Parts: sequence; C-alpha cells; structure tokens
Amino acid sequence: MADSVATTNGTEPAVTAKANPAAAVATWADERLGIATATKKQLRKVFPDHWSFMLGEIALWSFVILLLTGVFLSLWFNPSMGEVIYDGSYEQLKGIHMSEAYRSTLEISFDVRAGLLMRQMHHWAAMLFIAAMLVHMMRVFLTGAFRKPRELNWIIGGVLLLLGILEGFAGYSLPDDLLSGTGLRIADGLVKATPVLGSYMSFFMFGGEFPGDQIIPRLYTAHILLIPGLILALIAAHMLLLVYHKHTQWPGPGRTENNVVGYPMMPVYAAKAGGFFFITFGVTALMGGLMTINPVWRFGPYNPAEVTAGSQPDWYMGIAEGLLRIMPGWETHIFGVTLSWNIFLPGQIAPIALLMVVLAYPFIEQWITGDKREHHLLQRPRNVPTRTAFLAAMITLYGLLWAAGGNDILATTFHLDLNTITYFMRGAIFVIPPLVFILAKRWCISLQRHDKEMLLHGYESGIIMRDAEGGYTERHLPLSPERAYTLTAHERPEVYAGLSGADANGLSAPKARLDQLRARLSKAWYSGDVQKPTVAELEEAHHHAELEHAHDAPLEGHAADGHQFDGRHEVAGEELTQKH
Amino acid sequence: MRLLTRKISARLSARRRSRLAAPAVLILGLLATGGVWAAVAPAGADATGPNDDQIQAGRALFAVSCASCHGLNGEGITTKKGNNYGPSLVGVGGASVDFQVGTGRMPMAQAGAQAVRKTPVFDDDQIAELAAYVGSLGAGPAIPEASDYDYSNGNVARGGQFFRTNCTACHNFAGSGGALPKGKFAPSLIGVSAKHMYEAMVIGPQQMPVFSNGVLTPDAKKDVIAYLKLQEDAPSPGGFALGSVGPVAEGMFAWLVGIGSLVGFGIWITAGSARVKKTKKGADA
Ligand code: HEC
Ligand code: HEC
Ligand code: HEM
Repeated sequence: MADSVATTNGTEPAVTAKANPAAAVATWADERLGIATATKKQLRKVFPDHWSFMLGEIALWSFVILLLTGVFLSLWFNPSMGEVIYDGSYEQLKGIHMSEAYRSTLEISFDVRAGLLMRQMHHWAAMLFIAAMLVHMMRVFLTGAFRKPRELNWIIGGVLLLLGILEGFAGYSLPDDLLSGTGLRIADGLVKATPVLGSYMSFFMFGGEFPGDQIIPRLYTAHILLIPGLILALIAAHMLLLVYHKHTQWPGPGRTENNVVGYPMMPVYAAKAGGFFFITFGVTALMGGLMTINPVWRFGPYNPAEVTAGSQPDWYMGIAEGLLRIMPGWETHIFGVTLSWNIFLPGQIAPIALLMVVLAYPFIEQWITGDKREHHLLQRPRNVPTRTAFLAAMITLYGLLWAAGGNDILATTFHLDLNTITYFMRGAIFVIPPLVFILAKRWCISLQRHDKEMLLHGYESGIIMRDAEGGYTERHLPLSPERAYTLTAHERPEVYAGLSGADANGLSAPKARLDQLRARLSKAWYSGDVQKPTVAELEEAHHHAELEHAHDAPLEGHAADGHQFDGRHEVAGEELTQKH
Repeated sequence: MRLLTRKISARLSARRRSRLAAPAVLILGLLATGGVWAAVAPAGADATGPNDDQIQAGRALFAVSCASCHGLNGEGITTKKGNNYGPSLVGVGGASVDFQVGTGRMPMAQAGAQAVRKTPVFDDDQIAELAAYVGSLGAGPAIPEASDYDYSNGNVARGGQFFRTNCTACHNFAGSGGALPKGKFAPSLIGVSAKHMYEAMVIGPQQMPVFSNGVLTPDAKKDVIAYLKLQEDAPSPGGFALGSVGPVAEGMFAWLVGIGSLVGFGIWITAGSARVKKTKKGADA
C-alpha cells in the first residue's frame, strides 16, 4: 500500500493512467453546468487508505440497505394489534388467532414475492449495521482518533450506536411473534422496576395493562419515522464533521499533523467506496437468501402464557440479557414498596452508566493525560498501553456478559451445567477483565520495547554469523529511514505532575485532592511505558553500528566463505564457493 | 394386606412426581380399594396381559442388566448419601421401560445428571419382555397401541398450539432442546419416533411433567405428534436453519460470516492499489 500512495508532500496532482471515454461526456456537461468546478475542492478531497477506515463504511452501507429493504417491508406490513384468524398459505398456523401485525409478517414471508428475502436481508443488515458501528468505534478508540478536535464526532457516533440498538429493538418487536412479545415483556419489566413510578410508566407506554393494543403502532412510528430520521440526521452531521476535520491518517514519511496523504475522493476513493456498497449489499443478500433469521412462523403469535427455550434478544442486547441473567435476586421492601434491585441495577443503572462512560471517554482521557492539543495522526495501539489494555478489558467484559446471556445455549451445546455457568460468570466479570488489562498492558509494553530495540540495534536479519572463536551471533541490520521515521513519529508523553508551589496554594482542599488524584492517575496511565529512543541514543547506536561495520571492513573481499551473506552485500546469484 | 400395601406403593410411585404431600397420598392409597383402582387404572394397564413366559424372560434379563442399579426386584437401590443408584421401578409401567430402553437411555452407561439417548442395547422382543416384567411389579401405564399414536389424522395447527403452550418452554420452539438447571436438559425432539413421543407425554421422564389424558387428551397428543413430525420433514423456507436455537446462533453468524467477510473485503479493497501516475512536468492536467 505504501508504494501506491505518495510518500512525500508533492505538489502535482495524480491522475489515472488510462484516459477515460466518459471524461469527454463529463467535460461537455461541466462546461454547461459547472458542477465539477463548483465541487472541485470537495471532489479532490483526499482520503487516506487503510482497511480499518472501511469499518464505518460497512455501517453506512448497511444503513442504506436497511432503508431500501425497510421501505419494501412497510408496503405490506400492517402495524395493528387487531385480532384476526390466519388463513394464509402457511399450513401449520391455519385457523390460529393472531394480530394483524403477525399475520402481515407471515404474508410478507410466504405470500409476497421476495418478501422473505427482504425480511431476512432487513434483519441481517440490522445485525451488521450495529456490529459495524461497534467495530468502527473500537478502531477509533484504539487509534486515538477521538482526540481533539474530533470529540464531538465521537459523541455523535456513540448516540448513533444507541439509536441503532433502540431501532433494532423496536424492529424485532414489530412482527408480534412469541420472541417479540417476550422481549417487550422484559422491557415492561425494566420499566416497572423504576422505583415508585414504574407501574405508571408502564401503563403510559403500553396504553394500559401489558400488552394492550397500542404498543405495536407506537413502535412502528418510532421505527420507520422517528429513529431513522434521527439516525439520518446524525449520519449527515457525522459525515460533515468528517469532511470538515479531514480524515486522520497513520504517521509516516510525508504524513504530518498538517496534511492528509491518500487518494482523491474522485475518482479513486468514490470507486472504492461505491464498490464497497455493492459488496456489502451482496453479502447481505447472500445471508438473507441462504440463512434463516428470525423464523417468526416457528415462534407462533405472541401469547403471554407461552415462552420458549432459547428466548434471547438480538446480539446487540445480549449484554443486557447477560446482566439480567446473572444478577442475584436482590429486592428490598420498604413502606409497602418493592425495590427490585435485581432488575433496576442491571436493566436501568448499568446501561445508562455504560453510555455515560462511552460518551465522556474523550474528556476523561484528556483530563488524565492533560493532552488538549489537536491531533490528526493516529496512534498505534501499543503506544498507548493503558488505553489499549482498557479496551481489551472492556471487550472481555462484553464477551463474558454475552456468554452469560446465552448461558442456556452454552449449557446444551457444550453439556455444561446452567447453574455453574451462572455462578462462574458472577465472579468472572469482576476477576477476568482486570487480568486481561494487566496482560494486554504488558503485551503493549513489550511490543514498545521491541520497537525500541529495533531502532537502536536494527532488526533481526535472520543471518547467523560464526566468529573466529566458533561463537554464533545473529546479525542485526539498521532499519530503513522510512521505517525508523514511522516508528518514532509518536510524541513523547508527559506525565501530568500536579500543581505545585504557589499554584497549589491557591486551591481549596477538595480541588487540591482532585488535582492529586489527577496526578496519580496520570502517573498510572503512563506507568511502564517504554519511551522511544532520544536523538542522542539513536546517534550513539548509529555510531556503534558504523564502528562495527568499520571493524568488518578490512575483511571485505577476503572474508571467509559465507560472509558475503552478511546482509550488506547484493547476493543474487551468489553461491558458497566450498573453498577454504 | 400384602396386596393392599403393594397397591399403596404402586400409587405412591406412580404419583411420586406430584406435589401432593405424603399423607394425602397415603390416604388416597388407602382409599384405593381394588374396585376404585381398576376404575382409575391407566387404560390398557393390564389389557393384553403379558404372559408368564415373557415375564420370566424379562426377569432374567433384568437380573443381568438392570438389577445392579434398580435392585433384584426392581425395588431401587439407595446410596449411603441417600441418592439413588437407580430408582424403584415398582409402578412405572411398561411404557416407561419401553421408552427408557427403546431410546437407549437404559441400561444407563455412566452416572450423570441425566441418562442420555444412545443406540438401544436390546431388541424389540427383549424390550417387550423387560416391560412385561417391570409391568408385573406394579400397575402403571402400559406400552401404547399403534393406534394410540397414529397421527395421520392429527391437526397440525392445533398440535402446534399445544406444543407451544406445553412443550416449548423446555424443548425450544423448534424442538431443538433446551437447558434445565443443574446440568439437566430437555433433549432435541427431532428424529424421535411417534411411539416414544407418546410415551414421553404419558410417563413424563425425569424433569418432564406427566401429560395425563386430563391435561392433554389422546387426540391432542396425536396433534402434537403430527405437528412435530410435520416440522421434521418440512423444508426450511428461510434457508439454513442455523441449528434452530434462536438469536444466539444468528448473532454468531452475523459476526463470523457477516462482519468477518466484510472486513475481509475491506482489507482486500484497500490493499489493491489504484493505478496512479504523476503527470509529466509541463503537461496540462
Ligand atoms: C448404571 C445404573 C443403571 C442401570 C444399569 C439401569 N438403570 Fe434404569 N435408571 C437409572 C437411574 C439413575 C435412573 C433415573 C434417572 C433417569 O431417568 O435419568 C433410571 C431410571 C429408569 C427408569 C425410569 C424410572 C421412572 O421413574 O420412570 C426405568 C423404566 C429404568 N431405569 C429401567 C431400566 C432397565 C429396564 C434397565 C436394564 C435394561 C436399567 N434401567 C438399567 C440407573 C440405571
Ligand atoms: C419441564 C420441562 C419439559 C416439558 C414442559 C416437556 N418436556 Fe419433554 N422432556 C423433558 C426432559 C428433561 C426430557 C428428558 C428425559 C430423560 O432423558 O429422561 C424430555 C424428553 C422428552 C422426549 C424424549 C426425547 C428423546 O430424546 O427420546 C420427548 C419425545 C418429549 N420430551 C416430548 C415432550 C412433549 C411433546 C412435551 C409437551 C407436551 C414435552 N416434552 C414437555 C422436559 C420437558
Ligand atoms: C436504522 C436502521 C434499522 C434497523 C436497525 C432496523 C431493524 C429491524 C429489525 C431487526 C426488524 C425485525 C425484522 C424481522 O425479522 O421481521 C425490523 C422490521 C421492520 N422494519 Fe426495520 N430497521 C431499520 C430501519 C427501517 C426503516 C428505515 C424502515 C422503513 C422505512 C423499516 C421498516 C421495517 C418494517 C416495516 C418492519 C416490520 C416488517 C417485518 O417484521 O417483517 N426499518 N427492522
């Protein structure tokens, strides 16, 4: 990749190698419409190229697929809870009482041409949409792309993720099958767990006692109008900010905090991005065509008296399900009121706390590190060990809660004991993430150490040399200047030391304590980090390498057979002479 | 008197899963005089009356293969800790033996939370002999007649409804099975013979409740069987069913297949370089 993109700050634009016949047409149109001239600046906007920059695009394209398939579904879907008797083509449900919503979902599945494909594409795209947002978010997190000036875009992204999850929940509640209803029943339970106000809120939401006949029409409005509208607006804001800030890039020769090196929007990046839409569409279509998702006809219509084994939400609600499943059954009874901690804590407090931490993260980190400068160059995950390790711990926690949410499936698939899994998870979510944190941090630090070794002593060439005494050593060769530049392009961190002297005297006691906490956190944040070598160290190392070279120089031409492979010579066609 | 106590114990074991307190069961048992017993005895309990030869052959098989856990006379063996090597088989009836041995669960191979399905050890005749012997220990549900579980006229839609109301909580919406507490599980119902399905409902093995004729009429049982059998053969309209275990498998496929392949494509698309060349100096762009 590095070769295809300029590695210096050139002044001449790049053009495609082949002349394009479409260009003539475009020129004709432009001379009359002037669009190209007007949008030239935007069209020449440069986007750097890296696979991890495509993750957000998966999310964008799945959203487009959701819009397209969603509009198709809304042509037949009937969001009503009115009761009907099924008389469609699915034999196993003939004559069964059900809601209009469920009946029309069956109709889409069995009687509308391509209806089932559209339903399944819509649902798979929803799963991919949210999954892609999550991995995109992890990439932004790991590379520090959320730092100033991009904090707002991070917040927009976080809200988009939340809206996506809510939209998905509203969506899978629409068909009014057994799993929809079971999910809504849990939502009802979560709402009712609100101290004092719970039952009023539930009645308000369902327009009476659960399930009532209001919830599906209401969710429908939210699902096809309200939330998609918000998502669309936020995506637009997200993209505008992206263009305004310009894309971040990996450091390297020619790539600085003040430029962007990559492909122009037109034609290269647009072709890549447009192509990626078709790829995303193709993958979704294949999944929708080949893999069953949400087989509502097997679940049957919602009936509050029924429940099925394997009742789970879509994956993105999995951690909430997991928390609910492993929470001990704590309740308090006071003044005739029951406080259901067992639902209130995992169902309301935990998600809100999680959201708050996610949204506030850029500011928390800024506060700890004291780094409020602008950044356009990305960080390698290993160079920020604490942040990377924090994410590793969070992913672990997420994975554990996910597993807890599928505890019954784990039990039957791996012949485990349901109770044991549950007890294990209760401890594991507190024990394992910290262990992973420590492990990941040490791992990053040793990678940093490895980088430093390479800078000072060169890379391991794989060439083993035997010296006169018969000892063996591996020859280390100096890195190329480009590589060395890239490895040293990050900044030398500064620990926030806390205020001292006259500055500190002016602080009130609580503020001073906070300042001390901040200084301690900052110290912990950077603890163990390996600093990149200083200029003096690098020069010393180079000097040493030159000495070594000079030491070997007299042997040049007279070297023992095999020494021509020491990595300093052109060895194409060279062979051992077999003479000694 | 011996006859009476035997009948009491028969009632006790036939009902041992119910929540009725022990005294109530005792009183019920005492009231169960011969006549009353005959009236409430499960249909066909002694209808075809196995002959003595079968019982004798069954006793011999039992002594060899089953007595080590269930006791020489099927009275059950209790461990020192109060657990069972094998429970008492008095009053479980021939249907239970036919189910347990016919599905390969018995003889149990190793102690575990639950006896699992495996290839049956005995052939049909031997199973009938074992059933006859255990049936002779105390009255219980007999092996059903073929007409009992002939589901050809079953109503699938109704069967589906019964199934969703009574069975999916344990066996999952598609009969794929589900977990129960303490390492136990409700097995998959796919590929289970109609006869064993019927027997399972009548005897309620292990954690499964007994679906007596009062709860699920014989016709309803046929409907359930018809529904399950139809689902077994029905094509899956949506494509691969992904194990029919619900959203957990779907989530896994979304990540592994969906995100996995899309990220792969993303790497591919960014690795291939577009052909770009610099224009020569002086040439107009
Ligand atoms: C290794 C010990 C062992 C052996 C051998 C064994 N069983 Fe069992 N049997 C058990 C246990 C334990 C249970 C109860 C647990 C269960 O049903 O999963 C049981 C349950 C049963 C039941 C169900 C009882 C009820 O309450 O409905 C029947 C019937 C039965 N066994 C018959 C047999 C027959 C017939 C054989 C011989 C072919 C046999 N068993 C061999 C251990 C054994
Ligand atoms: C409380 C949970 C529960 C319910 C409800 C339940 N079952 Fe079961 N079922 C079980 C368990 C547990 C077993 C396994 C018993 C064993 O292995 O000894 C089982 C076994 C079976 C088997 C035997 C499967 C095999 O592998 O041989 C059939 C058939 C069956 N059940 C059908 C039904 C039907 C039909 C219904 C509804 C009318 C139903 N079950 C309701 C728990 C349940
Ligand atoms: C933000 C993106 C969206 C997400 C995450 C999403 C998610 C979902 C999900 C998970 C379902 C359940 C599908 C099923 O298995 O039956 C669903 C149903 C539905 N969605 Fe969406 N959706 C989105 C956008 C839209 C849009 C924009 C529309 C319409 C304009 C729409 C219309 C519908 C309709 C009509 C249904 C019910 C049809 C059915 O259940 O078969 N969706 N949605």
